[in-house]
Amino acid sequence: MNWLIVSPIILPLILACIMLILWRHPVWQRWIALAGMIALVGCGAGLFGVVYSNGVQSEQLAGYGAPYGITFVADLFSSIMVLASAILGTAVTVYSMTNIENRRESFGYYPLLHLLLLGVCGAFLTGDVFNLFVFFEIMLMASFVLLTLGGERGQMEGAIKYVTLNLISSAIFLAAVGILYGMTGTLNMADLSIQIAWLAENRPEELPLLTILAMMFLIAFGVKAAMFPLFFWLPASYHTPPPAVSAIFAALLTKVGVYSMARFFTLIFTHDIGSTHLIILVLAGFGMICGVLGAAAQNEFRRILAFHSVSQIGYMLMGIGLMVMLAHRDDEVAHHAVQMALAGTIIFVVHHLFVKPNLFLISGVVERIGGTGELKKLGGFYKSEPLLAIMFLISALSLAGIPPLSGFWAKFILVLAGLQLEQYFIVFIALLTGLLTLYSMVKIWAAAFWSDAPEESPVHNAAHMAHARHGLRRMIYPIAVIAVIIVLFGVFAGPIFDVAMEAAAQMLDPAAYLDAVRFEEFSPTLGRGEEVDS
Amino acid sequence: MSSLILRTAIRYLFPIIVLFSIFLLLRGHDEPGGGFIGGLLGATAFALFAIGYSVETSRRMLRFELHQLMGVGLLMATLSGVVGLILGEPFLSSAWIEIPIPGRPEPFKLATYLFFDIGVYLVVLSITLMIVYALAEE
Repeated sequence: MNWLIVSPIILPLILACIMLILWRHPVWQRWIALAGMIALVGCGAGLFGVVYSNGVQSEQLAGYGAPYGITFVADLFSSIMVLASAILGTAVTVYSMTNIENRRESFGYYPLLHLLLLGVCGAFLTGDVFNLFVFFEIMLMASFVLLTLGGERGQMEGAIKYVTLNLISSAIFLAAVGILYGMTGTLNMADLSIQIAWLAENRPEELPLLTILAMMFLIAFGVKAAMFPLFFWLPASYHTPPPAVSAIFAALLTKVGVYSMARFFTLIFTHDIGSTHLIILVLAGFGMICGVLGAAAQNEFRRILAFHSVSQIGYMLMGIGLMVMLAHRDDEVAHHAVQMALAGTIIFVVHHLFVKPNLFLISGVVERIGGTGELKKLGGFYKSEPLLAIMFLISALSLAGIPPLSGFWAKFILVLAGLQLEQYFIVFIALLTGLLTLYSMVKIWAAAFWSDAPEESPVHNAAHMAHARHGLRRMIYPIAVIAVIIVLFGVFAGPIFDVAMEAAAQMLDPAAYLDAVRFEEFSPTLGRGEEVDS
Repeated sequence: MSSLILRTAIRYLFPIIVLFSIFLLLRGHDEPGGGFIGGLLGATAFALFAIGYSVETSRRMLRFELHQLMGVGLLMATLSGVVGLILGEPFLSSAWIEIPIPGRPEPFKLATYLFFDIGVYLVVLSITLMIVYALAEE
């Protein structure tokens, strides 16, 4: 069944190639893209099923064993992420059929969407640091073009900040990869885990350098994840492209950063939990507050959502940061609470992967009908589009953490873990941020949905409305499907929590991960434990 | 650039460069060469036409649209990896068939690696020409 591990990478690649060959036929590309996304959901579901029932899976490309060959590993966390990304990709593809104009479609929108998914799935599944870098780059290249496709002035402004900051972070990432290779002689993640554990035991004098290296990776992933204080590119760029692109960006780009951070700071950099994870926890707290206060000052639909992403990322990092308590306490309760915190991160990532894009997709419908995203010039949507209003309410309340929706459980688990670990300050910040999130969501609700439409709004123009309504169903259906997923996520919180706990257990105890990777029999770095110091 | 010397030279250089790029592509398995360098060299042949004549002439010489060529190349490289997968080996594993050649003791080995390299050749050729044409048309 090992083809399942590489299928989320091969499938989008092959389909992107076919769509390139059909460059002149954007309408065919649409349907191929949709079929490909649905097939990707199938692959993701199959992979999740196999990992859930048989444990961590791995594959060595071309048959060369680790640490020489290219390793792909699928554990529960990564397979959940692949499945969730594929589901969201399908929804956005349907939405794009109406939302993306022909001029953008004919410049390769759908092949780029698939290449983006290729990079994202690759980053989730790779077991090799250098390959992670390559998949990051694939994802960034695709996102650069998706962001600027159409070439409007605002897009270019946003893209300059986005491209510059991401290129800097890539440079830091690459430098850190080089130093890591110099220190340990390997870039295979499983091997790195073994090597760094060995270094921590036998060469404590090298540990400060290793901690600096961990911080370089933290910065590199922090830029991609829009972590405080490296988030400036996100609110500057997310509101500029078409809403479909905003949605897929909000769903996937930052998640890959968070995922990589979670992977690195559970599997590899666990030599100095007391300092590295404390930094993550502090930055998580600042991120939550800064993002939500930034959002409170905004008056444009998508800008508010973009700032909220920053604070939501803070929650995700909080779960990773809470691992810091393992450095101070070694009892059963602390271990269980840390496992729960990581499970909270996983649930939060998946919850946010559906909720935030759905809000962006709704903003697209609102902008299409209302003609603008400025809250002052909007209104009357509760009267004219009651279904859309309900779907917005579901997503917005879930984002704010109102029970029984998905966001409530994600925050509840994180807060509970924080309380058990006696980290009251971060818990306070998390709860405060939830309250302020509700304020922003109510602001959008009151302005766009509940109040009456302003006099000059184009909704009074029959010709405009006829145009806006054309093909609107293809925008509404994906939103409805994701809204149903959000509700189901809340209803089945129990089983989801069990799966997340198991995924967190896999991350906290790398033994299963290391066992799954097939090492070459002759592996020079593995025998380093017995090596005589030169 | 409408230089008579350049235009005349290109007519003779073009087949030589293309042939040499294919030679490099085929030789690249064990010796210096391969799809990347071959593709770069192949692109220079068409770039010369873009310089000496015009981008239009160069595009006509190529016959295929660049996006399609890139798609075909990438598809070929990917599918060469999938062959291994179909045979039950990991992705990208090499597979080959032996074709006996009359009059030679050793058979000719046709490996999936060759198709991977041809794919790389096409991708590099098309992406280089895309950049060159875009710059020339500015």
